[in-house]
Amino acid sequence: MDTFQQTIFKLKQFWAKHGCVIQEPYDVEVGAGTMCPETFLRVLGPKPYSVAYVQPSRRPADGRYGENPNRLYKHSQLQVILKPAPANVMDLYLESLAAVGINLDQHDLKFEEDNWESPTLGAWGIGWQVMLDGLEVTQFTYFQQCGGVDLDLVPAELTYGLERLVAFLQDRKSVYDIEWVEGRSYGDVRLLEERQFSVYNFEKADVKMLWTLLDLHEAESQRLIDEFKSLGEGQEHDKRRFPLLAAYDHVLNCSHTFNLLDARGAISVTERVGVIGRVRKLAVGVATAWMEQQALLNAAQEEVA
Amino acid sequence: MSNALPFLFELGVEEIPHWMIEPALADLNRLFKEFASQNGFAAPSLHLDGTPRRLVLRTELPERQADRDELVMGPPKSAGPGAAQGFARRNNTALEALSIETTPRGEYYALRRTVIGRDTRELLAEALPSIITKLPWPKAMYWTGKGQLTFIRPIRWIVALLGDQVVEFQVADVKSGALSRGHRRMGSDEIAFDHANYDERLEKNGVILSAAKRRKRIQDGIKKLLKGTGLKLVADDALLADLVYLTEYPTPILGEFREEFLELPAEVLSTVMRHHQRYFTLNDAQGNMAPRFIAVMNMKADRKGFVKKGNERVLEARFNDARFFWEVDRQRSLASRVPDLAKVTYQVKLNASYADKAKGIQQGALRLAAKLGADSESVGRAALLCKVDLTTEMVKELTELQGVMGGQYAKADGESEAVWKAIYEHYLPQSMDDPIPSSAAGRIVSIADKLDTLEGSFGIGLIPSGSKDPFGLRRAAQGIVKTIVEGRVRIDLKKTVEEGMQANSLLYPGEPGSPDRATQLWEFFLDRIRSYFKDVRGFAYDEVNAVLAAQSADLVDVEARLIALKQVRQTENFEALAAAFKRIRNILKQAGEYREAVDDKLLEAGAERDLYDAMSGVLARVAEFRKNDDYIQALTVISTLRPVVDAFFDKVLVNAPDPAVRANRLALLGRLIAQVSSIAELSEIVTSSTSE
Repeated sequence: MDTFQQTIFKLKQFWAKHGCVIQEPYDVEVGAGTMCPETFLRVLGPKPYSVAYVQPSRRPADGRYGENPNRLYKHSQLQVILKPAPANVMDLYLESLAAVGINLDQHDLKFEEDNWESPTLGAWGIGWQVMLDGLEVTQFTYFQQCGGVDLDLVPAELTYGLERLVAFLQDRKSVYDIEWVEGRSYGDVRLLEERQFSVYNFEKADVKMLWTLLDLHEAESQRLIDEFKSLGEGQEHDKRRFPLLAAYDHVLNCSHTFNLLDARGAISVTERVGVIGRVRKLAVGVATAWMEQQALLNAAQEEVA
Repeated sequence: MSNALPFLFELGVEEIPHWMIEPALADLNRLFKEFASQNGFAAPSLHLDGTPRRLVLRTELPERQADRDELVMGPPKSAGPGAAQGFARRNNTALEALSIETTPRGEYYALRRTVIGRDTRELLAEALPSIITKLPWPKAMYWTGKGQLTFIRPIRWIVALLGDQVVEFQVADVKSGALSRGHRRMGSDEIAFDHANYDERLEKNGVILSAAKRRKRIQDGIKKLLKGTGLKLVADDALLADLVYLTEYPTPILGEFREEFLELPAEVLSTVMRHHQRYFTLNDAQGNMAPRFIAVMNMKADRKGFVKKGNERVLEARFNDARFFWEVDRQRSLASRVPDLAKVTYQVKLNASYADKAKGIQQGALRLAAKLGADSESVGRAALLCKVDLTTEMVKELTELQGVMGGQYAKADGESEAVWKAIYEHYLPQSMDDPIPSSAAGRIVSIADKLDTLEGSFGIGLIPSGSKDPFGLRRAAQGIVKTIVEGRVRIDLKKTVEEGMQANSLLYPGEPGSPDRATQLWEFFLDRIRSYFKDVRGFAYDEVNAVLAAQSADLVDVEARLIALKQVRQTENFEALAAAFKRIRNILKQAGEYREAVDDKLLEAGAERDLYDAMSGVLARVAEFRKNDDYIQALTVISTLRPVVDAFFDKVLVNAPDPAVRANRLALLGRLIAQVSSIAELSEIVTSSTSE
């Protein structure tokens, strides 16, 4: 039986073998691997790119003080992007399950319709949840739009819920009983974190400070987007080196801060819609600017060549 | 005519959502029939099959189209031989080959020729790509790049075989061929076959092509599993249909869960199993839920029991979650959660939370309770609490249990039966097959909830158009109609709507409150009322038109009139009388204005006086019957007027030369029709004489 980390190694190795860049987790809090620049920005534009990484995904409202055997404030996703999706992408996916030790002749597999949409990111795609013996182990999505932009190449996004998958492989009823490494359980490694962050997210987070943070991150992101937009003809050099990635980090900060406020029960009806709209505006702003910057960079590259 | 060849078309697609497969097959059938008729193939019988990964069409087609004669019209004969010569040349023929055809417009040169039929394979190769492209899907995607073909999911292979030859074409990045594919894990990706052994070869490769066979395999398998266990399947046709189209090789297995979970409400267990896990539930011999379930796999057998064990573990985890929610939720009473509703969004455009919504429901429910003389304390309490379960963990997780859980929690809180039941049932009926709420308070809260939704939506102009109804407004309105009629709720719906619209425009501050919204909502209701009585209750459309034209907005009363009309319509005099009423309507319409009072001194002896006398007697009796809403007697008495009405039209000229007499006759007819059409507008009835 493989430990939690061995399964992760195997999945990474599998996807490395199929040409993926193996990235490390992004170091800004996100609610899902999709939000990392390695997905959100890389899927834009005409350049092929394949990448796989484990992304700790924080959903403050899902915290259960470590008391629920299947729910976590922070869970780990293995995120794979294949851009463009190869025609045999389904077969590759099934091979990856075999690679972590699932004998597909002895297990039931169904692909059930599940389309994905993120209003905050202006993104959507079409796909399935993959059911293994009745357990959802992967979300499979063909992206169509990101940041309000139609995608040139259609990427396949595979998101494995690692805790669930490994609990299945190790036959554990609680994720906290998963063996992370020999002699050390998932609970040994993470239980304290789940408890403390549940207390913080639900009880202690300073609402006023969070609102201030949201305003600050929003203002900084918007300032950068506006400055990029104000650059005109003859300023291509400034455009090419402009820190849109930093503008995007502030979008992620906004999103996480919003999730914290939500978990804290601090967002009223009116505010909720408003804040989602504010974050979406930033995400779309960065995506649009990013497309323009990429076009300039690609043109410059072609000139050199 | 050449020999018929078998034709087989298989479109291989990544897993198609199960609920779209049957509609897609119907579309494929339609599109292929269009192709066949456009190309002169006499209606071939088509055989269609579908699984999640393939749409299959099989038929027989001739090797080539039949030759056909064609007549090409040329210049008129009067244009002379020069023009004819040019026409012949353009058609690669000689002047002598032309004929002269006589048409209504004169004589013309023409060319009769035989068009050689085209190769069927060629025609198919041209048509199939566009048939594939034209298949309509609820939500499509592109996969080969922006602006390229969109389809429900990526197309991965195409088989198109006429006889033993491939019909060659390409769609997106896929070329047609002769090889099929089997089950994702139990079959080969390159299956060679011929027309005779196609089904069999697929089955060897883990695919049962026929949906009927897959269904039977599930049903037989379940019977076998349950034999001798004393367990009874809780039938669920919708679930069965889903599983037939979620699998290529379905096999049921029997699983179990720990008995202690049976302490949770059965609705919770059942929702988790049926809706979330797609399991069938089972009852014991006493009809109570048994701690067992049936899952359907997409494979042949679970030899080592891994699938059973896996499904059991998933279910147990889900039940653990549910138990956790059940326990956490009950730590706070529903009543203490009321303020939390302010944090739940109801309708973004209305800028409203469920706290606003609950207020709207409560006000509407109390107005209804006052009209109906119902127990306003229970109604008000149930309305206040009915949406509170939206703040519970259980409903956040199992949204389809909204209402049901509210009822369960209210019961656990010790709320009265009238209150918890009303909460439990207030989402009913969600479809025309659903029952209506069983309690009076439940019916009132159900109507008030749906009315509030409609009023709010219409207030901001969210009015369903075409077939689109994203907020379920048609369903809500139809649910109200059903509840009112079948629950015998005696209210004037039109007035209720007007009052509600007015109250609502004060409640939801974002609403512009345009005055004609009430009229729009009432007209929307009229459509639902028509549809309910026609499609659900089976009344004829002209009966419904006749009764609704009488302007009653008390739907229980409308139903009574419809029943009477339908019954009396069968009697001998009725249709003829209805035809006469139509005539009267027309006469009055042509006359324009006419006075109301009948001057009996101006009546002519004979048919006119007879009508007046008979009418006075009948109308007096009708008024008596109507005091008890006895529409059957009322209409029966009215239909006895037929002979005198007929005699009147035979013998009396309405358009008399003397204007005073004429006006008096119009008044006489006007009085008759006014009285009768307040029950039902008989001129709306389609009779054999009016339909001619």
